[in-house]
Amino acid sequence: MPYISHTDQQRAQMLAEIGLKPEDLFSDIPPALWCRPLNLPEGLSEQEVRSRLAAIASKNYIHLTCFLGGGFYDHFIPAAVYALTSRSEFYTAYTPYQPEVSQGTLQAIYEFQSVICRLTEMEASNASLYDGGTALYEAMMMALRLTRRNKVIVDDSVNPIYRVMLHSYTRNLKIELTETENAGGLANREAIRRALDEQTAAVIVQNPNFFGCIDDFTDLAEAAHSKGALLIVSCYPISLGILKAPGAMGADIVTGEGQSLGLPMCFGGPYLGFMATRKEYVRQMPGRIVGQTVDAQGRRGFVLTLQAREQHIRRDKATSNICSNEALCALTALVYLCLLGKEGLRETAQLCADKASYAYQRLTAIPGVRPHFPAQWFFNEMVLDLPCEAAEAAAKLIERGYAAGFPLSRYYKGMNNSLLIAVTEKRTKQEIGMLAEELEAIL
Amino acid sequence: MKRKEKAMKLVFEKSAAGRRGLRIPKSDVPTSIHLKKEYLRAQPAALPELSELDVVRHFTELSRRNYGVDTNFYPLGSCTMKYNPKVCERIASYPGFAHLHPLLPQLRGGGMLTQGALEVLYETDLMLREICGMAAFTMQPMAGAHGELTGIMMMAAYHRDRGNHKTTVLVPDSAHGTNPASAAIAGYTVKTVPSDEHGCMSLSALKAMLNEETAGIMLTCPNTLGLFNPHVKEICELVHSVDGLAYYDGANLNAIVGKVRPGDLGFDIVHVNLHKTFATPHGGGGPGAGPVGVAEKLVDYLPVSVVVKREDGTYALEYNRPKSIGYIAPFYGNFGVILRAYVYLLMLGREGLERVAENAVLNANYIQEKLKAYYDVPHPGICKHECVLSAARQVKESGIHALDIAKALIDAGFHPPTMYFPTIVKESLMIEPTECESKETLDAFIEAMIAIAQKARTEPETLRAAPITTPVGRLDETKAARELNIACL
Repeated sequence: MPYISHTDQQRAQMLAEIGLKPEDLFSDIPPALWCRPLNLPEGLSEQEVRSRLAAIASKNYIHLTCFLGGGFYDHFIPAAVYALTSRSEFYTAYTPYQPEVSQGTLQAIYEFQSVICRLTEMEASNASLYDGGTALYEAMMMALRLTRRNKVIVDDSVNPIYRVMLHSYTRNLKIELTETENAGGLANREAIRRALDEQTAAVIVQNPNFFGCIDDFTDLAEAAHSKGALLIVSCYPISLGILKAPGAMGADIVTGEGQSLGLPMCFGGPYLGFMATRKEYVRQMPGRIVGQTVDAQGRRGFVLTLQAREQHIRRDKATSNICSNEALCALTALVYLCLLGKEGLRETAQLCADKASYAYQRLTAIPGVRPHFPAQWFFNEMVLDLPCEAAEAAAKLIERGYAAGFPLSRYYKGMNNSLLIAVTEKRTKQEIGMLAEELEAIL
Repeated sequence: MKRKEKAMKLVFEKSAAGRRGLRIPKSDVPTSIHLKKEYLRAQPAALPELSELDVVRHFTELSRRNYGVDTNFYPLGSCTMKYNPKVCERIASYPGFAHLHPLLPQLRGGGMLTQGALEVLYETDLMLREICGMAAFTMQPMAGAHGELTGIMMMAAYHRDRGNHKTTVLVPDSAHGTNPASAAIAGYTVKTVPSDEHGCMSLSALKAMLNEETAGIMLTCPNTLGLFNPHVKEICELVHSVDGLAYYDGANLNAIVGKVRPGDLGFDIVHVNLHKTFATPHGGGGPGAGPVGVAEKLVDYLPVSVVVKREDGTYALEYNRPKSIGYIAPFYGNFGVILRAYVYLLMLGREGLERVAENAVLNANYIQEKLKAYYDVPHPGICKHECVLSAARQVKESGIHALDIAKALIDAGFHPPTMYFPTIVKESLMIEPTECESKETLDAFIEAMIAIAQKARTEPETLRAAPITTPVGRLDETKAARELNIACL
């Protein structure tokens, strides 16, 4: 066994030194509780396991040109990202409980919190959460605690996967979750204002929303605040390279999925949830937080702070049950954002928007293909209506080498012909042109 | 001697306007769109401006200010910091896994393009069933505590389905804080069961607390004192007698893997911290993965989707499960973490897994025995994968606390054990060596612990000054909380 160092002789020696026989080690467990030998295969060598897993990996088809998005995107990842995050001092470390030997992780988290605040234009961020969906759920719970109210309004242009998660998590709680139907691709102002009352804890919206449409929620923040409710905005961090930040709209809690910041798609995880808020709400924020301080000699250092909110201190009264963050994913996002820098992120976002705009022109030029929300501005994702069932068209395009987009019929009634198409900076003019030709050919 | 360390600059303090770390390709499309001005941000986000070399130096320097398992012995109790085989990292980076879009199997015909990934999920599920003695697993929970919440949500669904009116979840006083927090967040009232004089949950106290309102119990076995409760099967039966469910917190599964199966003991729900027992890296605090296994009577409540194997041998995702608790994750869990655990399981096989528990337990007992003359052992006798020492003697004799001992260990080149947990032991130091460490490493650690015990008597002031070999000394945590500075804006 390569992962156990003891030789048989050493084991015998160790047992002798502490006066035990091998059978003593489990003598505290009543024999009646012992299990039968496990029915598992024999262990493999590294050579065998690598060839077996290479064969399994080859059953996954990754050669489709990717126009799939839906909140998870095929962005370019610079080589330096993996080179740095694969340093074992980062990935084989634990939660930084001993700050003197964990300054690397702690300073990185402090810097991560800082870039999230700068991107979202908020004052406080935590050290990350599991993913964008659980971050949104935690934001909702935080709003319920802050307002001591029990109603939440969610617009249906918020990612439907996240909306079903909100329902699962609150099934045993006395929370009234109201979903409003979007108005022409944007959050439904009229329905939200109608639903808002003195018992509303929060209004939840997304930008760009699930349809890719861009919105400005300044008016909704005012409407929510006038009733004493909070505005929660879920956002796509790459878009913040050019789009108005949720903080500038008056949002109270901002969350999002950080996968697009240098993390591979990896079949759904590990990903990265981020969360930012106003400084006044920080004591109700879930998750870990790193703070700056000094040692006895006045040297700057970083520690986990405000731990009195957390489960290991407050147990059943904690702000949440989570006792980890996605530290390595947060580090990845930080390294990615540092490499891109101020201009690089802006240019990447602009490139996404430009290429999506080109794709829109090419695809809507096909007879029978029309935008579903013609009046709306979009960032890098759009809903196009096809002259046939979208799921069928997508299936045909897979055979031609394109993951053309996500058919919306699964989540939205009456949108059987609608396809959600995402374009990142990785897609070339030629790939977009080929998609248009292939789509035209199958229609 | 003290290293001369300068305070490290923040990445923002190294920024120079106009510097670039990455060239962005020129646009190859004819359009350059100008979005409506009200939708745009006034100025670009104030990210740092650095060259690639600046970024590489900055993060390489940060990495040097961290202990990891690859650099130092890391006996952090209950965290199970075992060695992470390199081959797992290599395989996780195969493009066939890393570049797979999670929505692909949700397209018509797309499932056939992700057969490899679905196979990994399905096979890991089967192996975990065998190891834990459960009927089925969900791979979706993204951490141990997330698994706890998922398990409690299934517990609630079970009771709701049977028309039971249950309000309370019981947890022992030695439980991880996540147990009561998870139960509370799912809507239950939490009641704490005290430990008896042997360090295990008091059977008589449990009997007195069980009633019709009991939805279930959450138990770690061996517990956070490293002790296996011999009455664990009886506890499960008692809970079942009031139609409650027994939840097994698998945080300490490393101690019994291949020896005892929670399902055989009568547990209905189990979560497994893959990063602990199956050697996926902790990443400085995450990502983890916390698959949850259930007994037959709870299979219908598992979250969607569920990976199934069809008669023709292909894999598919099943969504139509009316009793399911619904989605608890957007997709299939932390796939990259599950994949690493799968590789580890394949490499260990049956025999390797049995060796894990044997050697983890040997190492913990070796440390406990060798140190019992120098530190108090509140619960002597055989321990499982971790031992809990107390610095009560040092506090009394020379005012040296568990914290001072931990910091002195840093100067000796070791990551400290867990301090002040479990809270039911005063001045506790919880040591978990894992099965991976060699006799030589354990001997060096024991020697350091003995030297510290001696120094506590002879020169306690040097321990209070520790650590002195690190970039920073002991940090002012009160100041950090009072003068809150959590972002550089």
